[in-house]
Amino acid sequence: MDTLKNNLKSTFLILLSTFILTGCSDDDNPEVVIQEEVITTLTATLVPDGGGTSITFKSLDLDGKDGPNPPVFTVSGDLLADTTYNGSMEILNETESPAEDVTEEIKTLDEEHQFFFQATNSIATFTYVDFDGDSNPLGLEFTLTTSATPGSGTITITLRHEPNKSASGVSDGDITNAGGETDAQAIFPITVK
Amino acid sequence: MKYYILIVACCFINIVHNQNCDSRFYGEVHDFHDGSPIIAATIYIETLDKYTTTDIDGKFSIANLCDGKLTVSISHLGCETKRLDIQINGDSFYVINLEHHIEELNEVKVEGKTITKLTKTSQETLLKTDAIERFGAFSLGDALKQISGVSSINTGNSIVKPVINGLHSSRIIVMTNGVRLQDQEWGIEHAPNIDLNTVGSVNVIKGADALAYGGDAIGGVIVLQPFNVSLKDSLYGKTIISGHTNGRGFSLNSSLTKTYKKGWYLGAQATMKRFGDFETPDYNLTNTGLNSKGFSIKSGYKTFERGFNIYYSYLNNDIAILKSSHIGSIEDLVNAINSQQPLVVEDFSYTIEAPRQDVTHQIIKADFYKRFKKFGRLQVQYDFQNNQRFEYDIRVGDDRDKPAIDLTLKTHTIRTNLKVDSKSDRTYKFGLNVGYQNNFANPETGVRRLIPDYDKYDAGAFAISDFRLSEKTNLNFGLRYDFSRIDAKKFYLTSRWEERNYDADFSNIVIDDLGSQLLTNPVFDYHNISASAGIAYKINDNNSFIFNYGLSNRAPNPSELFSDGLHHSAARIELGDLRMKQETSNRISGTYKYNRNALSINLEAFYNHINDYIFIEPTGTELTIRGAFPVWSYNQTNASLLGLDVTANYKFNEHWLLNNKSSFIKGRDLTKKQALIDMPSFKTVNILGYSNKKWLQLNTELQSELVLRQNEFPDNNFDVYIPTIDSEVLLDISSPPPTYHLLHFQSDITLNLSKQTNLNIGLNITNLFNTSYREYLNRLRYFADDLGRNIMLQVKFNY
Repeated sequence: MDTLKNNLKSTFLILLSTFILTGCSDDDNPEVVIQEEVITTLTATLVPDGGGTSITFKSLDLDGKDGPNPPVFTVSGDLLADTTYNGSMEILNETESPAEDVTEEIKTLDEEHQFFFQATNSIATFTYVDFDGDSNPLGLEFTLTTSATPGSGTITITLRHEPNKSASGVSDGDITNAGGETDAQAIFPITVK
Repeated sequence: MKYYILIVACCFINIVHNQNCDSRFYGEVHDFHDGSPIIAATIYIETLDKYTTTDIDGKFSIANLCDGKLTVSISHLGCETKRLDIQINGDSFYVINLEHHIEELNEVKVEGKTITKLTKTSQETLLKTDAIERFGAFSLGDALKQISGVSSINTGNSIVKPVINGLHSSRIIVMTNGVRLQDQEWGIEHAPNIDLNTVGSVNVIKGADALAYGGDAIGGVIVLQPFNVSLKDSLYGKTIISGHTNGRGFSLNSSLTKTYKKGWYLGAQATMKRFGDFETPDYNLTNTGLNSKGFSIKSGYKTFERGFNIYYSYLNNDIAILKSSHIGSIEDLVNAINSQQPLVVEDFSYTIEAPRQDVTHQIIKADFYKRFKKFGRLQVQYDFQNNQRFEYDIRVGDDRDKPAIDLTLKTHTIRTNLKVDSKSDRTYKFGLNVGYQNNFANPETGVRRLIPDYDKYDAGAFAISDFRLSEKTNLNFGLRYDFSRIDAKKFYLTSRWEERNYDADFSNIVIDDLGSQLLTNPVFDYHNISASAGIAYKINDNNSFIFNYGLSNRAPNPSELFSDGLHHSAARIELGDLRMKQETSNRISGTYKYNRNALSINLEAFYNHINDYIFIEPTGTELTIRGAFPVWSYNQTNASLLGLDVTANYKFNEHWLLNNKSSFIKGRDLTKKQALIDMPSFKTVNILGYSNKKWLQLNTELQSELVLRQNEFPDNNFDVYIPTIDSEVLLDISSPPPTYHLLHFQSDITLNLSKQTNLNIGLNITNLFNTSYREYLNRLRYFADDLGRNIMLQVKFNY
């Protein structure tokens, strides 16, 4: 019984010292989480076919998906009615300095990405210009054709990661069945005059 | 042990002695606790078939004995019979201590016979082994719903958290095998990591009256007791196998225990569960399977006077979460709620894919106890828990197989309890505990930490006294003090820091400025005082009352303080608040018990007033570069909870019985003058049972479960702009689902194979009519219906 007691005592002392030792944890600061595939900026540059004033749409959200500040959507000017614009997309991560060009990564992993373009009030229609290795649309390059009559509405540009490009309507630019993850979405108020 | 050494020593001396047959065996019999003499105890010499009884002073004497070894048994009404091998060598005097308090003998009693309530003056319910075994394949939360007033808050059907009188998570203490479970219990999608197969019985104490376990159990305490071990030479075990139609699952559990008369014991147990996708009456719930593995080992030495226990348990749960509940943005949520159909329905599969959670919980415990004559019992315990939690979300690209949440919570606790029970009419309990907890949030996830790294220090002390004023009246008073300090290191986005106005109030805790992020070091101290007072009064054999008052405080948990940002698996932005204060609960309760002949009624009423009640509710949306997400914020208000739990039993004859369990609760936000969110609705369960011992001990019951629609809820609905259709749509995130009624059937028979072995076969059908329904307190109710019919066949083999 005495040995039992001694054993218990020593077991307890060992446990106690483990407890105290682990209690004195180091005071190192935690590491910053490195987030991958951060997107802060989406810019669409529209050049009128046959020349004229270029228009840019820009969405900027410097505090990203976890931050309280909403993205700021800016449109440099009004679109002209019955005009075709040649569009190109630029995607940046501006939390890094210098800013990381995410456009290149999208180009490299083109089969995993697709842009979707939607306009309300039929103010514009879109066609894809660039395609991935499987001949499915990508959308870094596109054309935008404005309506023949003036009007106003919104244009929504969505970048989906890993959409199901073979789902019904997706290769025609319909986002409904696309699935995947939204990497970026921007809603621009547009006037066509 | 002293006797033993003496006997061994004497044996050697005895060999050389001549036989002397004029010796006298005499002595005194005392109560172990207070040393008082025990009158009329029987002293029986088994080897000679001679006996005597003790006199008014507890003394006895038997003359004309030969020297040598005798086996004596000493017995007394209300005492454990004690057997002793004694040595007679001339006139021999012995003092024999008998244990007189039958209810405190649980260390040495035979399995299944000493399960008792822990309190006399609280609203306490006890679930015994058979009531738990039926749920071996399910979770703790499912098993506890048998108790009136206990419901559950679910994330699907495998993540089930118990709710006691409307309160859950950090407001409930779960004690398992003497260890306070520390498994990140703050989140609604964090279910207690308990394998029910390790549990012998469950005591549920409503409210914070059981101060020995903690002062912050505003909702209540769930005490899971292990199977008792008996003090005899024995080897026994149990195997339970069950098969289920819904989820095409099985559960297997087996245990084996070896015990010795001297007090040593050794036991082991293992459980395996495997389920595939569950189904509703109309469709598969794609990605809802589960894979659970656990085992535990225990050993120790137990006698009445002293003993120790060591225990280790391991439990791993890999639980799939309904694929349709993964939403990419608020538009998906609007579509899910408005379509009332899951977005993804695929063929049945056992595969567990993201979203899923993979949680491993380990407990190591060692405790030692000793009883002191005429004083009481002292216990010292150390335990260590390691909780490793991974949450996997549907992610893309390089992050595909990375968890979105990777937390390791380590907790060390030392506690000591002293029970002074030398007086039969009063018991005092004192206790001290200190604890250290460390949480580590792995930055490798590539997702900003929802819960930061922190160290937490706890210390507590309590004193509880129980008085038996008379045969009819019991009183209880308790007082407890707890200190806790949380020392966290947390990164805040500068924009969030400013949006919350922390720059005005907490600028002193910023330790590093990284431009877009700030590293902060919040250190908060909390002092909590809790108290309880209760009286149990028995008017006569048929009627009794219990009244109780409990004061308790709960410090905010890490989730309530620090959450900030997108919670991927819930697709919502969750915001805590550094300004959170403690919650203070004042709870009064009254119980009336009626028991006469065939009828028994138990009415439990309570009123719980909680100042600074912390709750999470939807508060709007935040637009980000990835689209809009709903925001859920932790807020504080003054709340009141009022409820009545009814349990009634009526036996028509020895075969038929009728049972009713109903619970009603009303939760009010006193500041906003509206209903509280997430309150259980009115529920009534009626059971018609038939049992017949002659028919292979048949038990059957038909159960009707009626759950009314929760008509009292806060309206947190808001309009959401959906860009693709260019219009504002109402997001109905608040409306509870309609009333539902389910029928369940269960039956079992027992075959006695031999004296030691028996086989129990059970057939249970839940949701007999395959009714479609949704439950208000299931977080996945937005996305899919609840479970359809399940037929379970369970075979239980005791050996």
